[in-house]
Amino acid sequence: MTTFLVGLVIILVVIIVARIMRILELTEELCPQDDAQEQQKENNWNAKILLAFLVLMFSYVAYESFNYIKFLLPVSASKEGVISDKMLWINFGVIGIVFVFTQILLFWFGYSYVYKKGKKAFFFTHNNKLEFYWTLIPTIVLLGLIGYGLKVWNDIMLKPAPDNAKVIEIYARQFDFTARYAGNDNKLGYAYYKLIDGTNRLGVDATDVTSHDDILSTELHLPVNQPILLKMRSQDVIHSAYLPEFRVQMNNVPGMTTQFCFTPTITTEEMQKITKNPKFEYIMICNKICGAAHFTMKMHVVVETPEQYNEWLSKQQTFIASMTK
Amino acid sequence: MNPHQDATSGHEHDHNDQEVNHWSEAWWKHHGTHQPHSFWTKYVFSQDHKMISKQFLITAIVMGVVAMSLSTFFRLQLGFPGQSFKILEFFLGKWAPDGVMSPDFYLSAITIHGTIMVFFVLTGGLSGTFSNLLIPLQVGARDMASGFLNMLSYWFFLVSSIIMLLSLFVEGGAASSGWTVYPPLSALPQAISGSGLGMTLWLVSMVLFIVSALLGGINYVTTVFNLRTAGMTMWRLPLTVWSFTVTAILGILSFPVLVGCMLLLIFDRGLGTSFYLSDIYMGGQALHYSGGSPILFQHLFWFLGHPEVYIVLLPALGLTSEVISTNARKPIFGYKAMVYSILCIGFLSFIVWGHHMFITGMSPFLGSVFVFTTLLIAIPSAVKVFAYLATLWKANIQLTPAMLCAIGVVSFFISGGITGLILANSALDINLHDTYFVVAHFHIVMGSSAIFGMFAGVYHWFPKMFGKMMNRKLGYAHFWLTIISVYGVFFPMHLIGLSGVPRRYYNNESFAIFDQLNGVNAVISLFAFLGAIAQFIFIFNFFYSIFRGKKATQNPWKSTTLEWTTPVEAYHGNWTGAIPEVHRWPYDYGKPNGKEEDFIPQTLPLEEGEVDAGGH
Ligand code: HEM
Ligand SMILES: [Cu+2]
Ligand SMILES: [Cu+2]
Repeated sequence: MTTFLVGLVIILVVIIVARIMRILELTEELCPQDDAQEQQKENNWNAKILLAFLVLMFSYVAYESFNYIKFLLPVSASKEGVISDKMLWINFGVIGIVFVFTQILLFWFGYSYVYKKGKKAFFFTHNNKLEFYWTLIPTIVLLGLIGYGLKVWNDIMLKPAPDNAKVIEIYARQFDFTARYAGNDNKLGYAYYKLIDGTNRLGVDATDVTSHDDILSTELHLPVNQPILLKMRSQDVIHSAYLPEFRVQMNNVPGMTTQFCFTPTITTEEMQKITKNPKFEYIMICNKICGAAHFTMKMHVVVETPEQYNEWLSKQQTFIASMTK
Repeated sequence: MNPHQDATSGHEHDHNDQEVNHWSEAWWKHHGTHQPHSFWTKYVFSQDHKMISKQFLITAIVMGVVAMSLSTFFRLQLGFPGQSFKILEFFLGKWAPDGVMSPDFYLSAITIHGTIMVFFVLTGGLSGTFSNLLIPLQVGARDMASGFLNMLSYWFFLVSSIIMLLSLFVEGGAASSGWTVYPPLSALPQAISGSGLGMTLWLVSMVLFIVSALLGGINYVTTVFNLRTAGMTMWRLPLTVWSFTVTAILGILSFPVLVGCMLLLIFDRGLGTSFYLSDIYMGGQALHYSGGSPILFQHLFWFLGHPEVYIVLLPALGLTSEVISTNARKPIFGYKAMVYSILCIGFLSFIVWGHHMFITGMSPFLGSVFVFTTLLIAIPSAVKVFAYLATLWKANIQLTPAMLCAIGVVSFFISGGITGLILANSALDINLHDTYFVVAHFHIVMGSSAIFGMFAGVYHWFPKMFGKMMNRKLGYAHFWLTIISVYGVFFPMHLIGLSGVPRRYYNNESFAIFDQLNGVNAVISLFAFLGAIAQFIFIFNFFYSIFRGKKATQNPWKSTTLEWTTPVEAYHGNWTGAIPEVHRWPYDYGKPNGKEEDFIPQTLPLEEGEVDAGGH
């Protein structure tokens, strides 16, 4: 019944609007106007709106950005993030200039070269010199950006992890993460999905001795200023371990191991001071659509001093202990 | 030309006649007076490219309305999470118990929204409408090389559209793993309910869609290469035709890869193969799949996927070039540079796909290569933007609705292109990948530019399609409201992305750090509703004008190109007489020749001593 009524109302509205249009058109026909003149009038006010829109758009962009600054991610809590953040802002500087410059030209031209009867446009088909420069300059700028970008990318991703990097596995499944610390030997024991069962959630192979000292945890604790090598795996679908405050992200892909190496530099406590938010906590969130509850998938992250970290670690149960319980 | 008098040729079913494909002038002299006479052959099983283009357009509009409605539904959820809305209950029924959209439906909605917009509206709708309408008309051909294949192309498109819509109604819901349908999520019904029947229908629909795109593409390319009228050299083709052709070639080269990609997914789903699956433990048991790689799917998908974004964008830029030049009453600046840019973009678009996969565990070195190629694409893109700006400089601009939309395209192409530079920088992408920053980037550069290109095309060529003019005032209202809502919606999304908010989240309530963003999300939603309402102005204008619009004159925009030399009443065969010959490039607007008219049609021979400004 409601469906019917709603449909009826919509049809009526459309009919009424069409009727009104028709009446307007008929009245126009009664006192016919020169269409060219009419178009000229419309040109003129559209030109003004173009200009107004330009101003409006810049104001909106400026206003929103300005208001938003306090919501942006805080200063990067990892060494790698600091260099990529710096590059981000330099890049924003470059594209910001391009944005402002080209949008102004676009809307300004639209405004100032609006149609005038009897005028002819400037017949300007091409100009090799102009075209050469506006190909060359973007090329140079882009090569600069590429070079800079690749340098940073290499520093973050291509450099082999330092020997002292602490190995931690991030194991994802619908819909949570588990961390596996490599233990004293800093080696993760072999794991295979067919070994998974109720007590051995990650399918770690207990016959591999390097697994014995591994430690499983549902919270990720990291010692500050210590290189960390995260090894990612997944149990079911693709997930993505994303640590926004550290500018770290890597997919967890079933059937393979991926990795990301970074060094946290700010403890949770320090970050609470920096953000002036006593409740601040680091998080790892899942950033690859992975199922109905994708939007709830996360892990709590704590960065602490080495002492606090060691204390926390010593309280955790090793893998072999949990299996022989 | 009364069709009923035509019994002489003796063909009852001329439209099924193989010879239709040839369209030689001799053939035309013999059969030319055959106009389709029944309702079925004229409106339904038409082989006339002009009718087929209208069929594509109207189907795409219907699909667009569905996709847009889905987006307003999920914007209600995102802007006002958890609040109850009667309208959701009304439209979604069991998917929105008590007026709150369920998380499952949310994922289906974004998936189908994306799929419809990218493929059905901006690929099928855009190329299907304008390549079909304009290629034969602008190159001077009686019809497409094969009217029959062209008809099939539409029917495959229609069937695939219907299947896609039906998939919204099946048990378990429509596909819900995102428009990129990454396995294993899309492969295993246990992983998400939408990966059951809904996903099967999605795959079937997409395979049919690709058949349609390929049939269309082959036809477009053949027509452009073989059926150009006398004097229409490649360097005299309007930029529309250039971009449609390159688009079609991109489609022909990349869509088959997508078929392969989908086929392997179908095998994994149905036959238990392991192309994309390995080492999966789900629902309390270890699955048998072994040895496959989900990353292989992404390589195959994006090998199409990136050219696809240019399949969407290039036609829009082609339409924009034509509309800008005509309404600026000035030649497009750097015609040849424009053509080379299109070719360059087309080529480069095949070697950049890895920029969607920087953090999938792909070798970082390979990532560097993709950074390099991706950033190179910005060069031809920049050249195009500068050329548009130079075209507007010292022009004499008619700000028709089509022209305004074309200006909008350029504006979006700039705003969205520059954020591409950020994303293409792999080190920056680590933190931005899969956040709202990406959503903002591609909605502006692809979604909005291409949609505005399509609007520009409709406003501009409506007189050619329907012999009527659209209402200009409604056009202005539609344009201004839409451009305001586009920036209103998508600009703040960049900022949200910079805060690290992931895309495809049903709500952000699990994360305290995002709590403060509720206000911004509400603002975005309000702009989205404004934009949606504005589209009804367009749809009303469109259908009203078909029936009640002012009658069009033959060449309402004072254009130079061939489509405006055909009669106002659509005629199967396009020109009632001989096909006109071409003597000059398509952009002789404002040429100083001492005459009052500021344009010279392509059909006018060069005068003594006059040089063709395009060169050959
Ligand atoms: C200056 C040129 C451009 C560059 C450098 C560029 C770069 C990128 C990069 C690196 C991504 C991946 C971001 C990520 O997922 O983390 C991306 C995403 C995307 N781009 Fe662009 N882009 C450019 C232009 C375009 C154009 C012209 C279009 C469309 C016509 C487009 C459409 C898309 C789409 C649809 C996605 C997202 C796909 C998805 O994940 O759902 N881009 N772009
Ligand atoms: Cu997940
Ligand atoms: Cu791409």
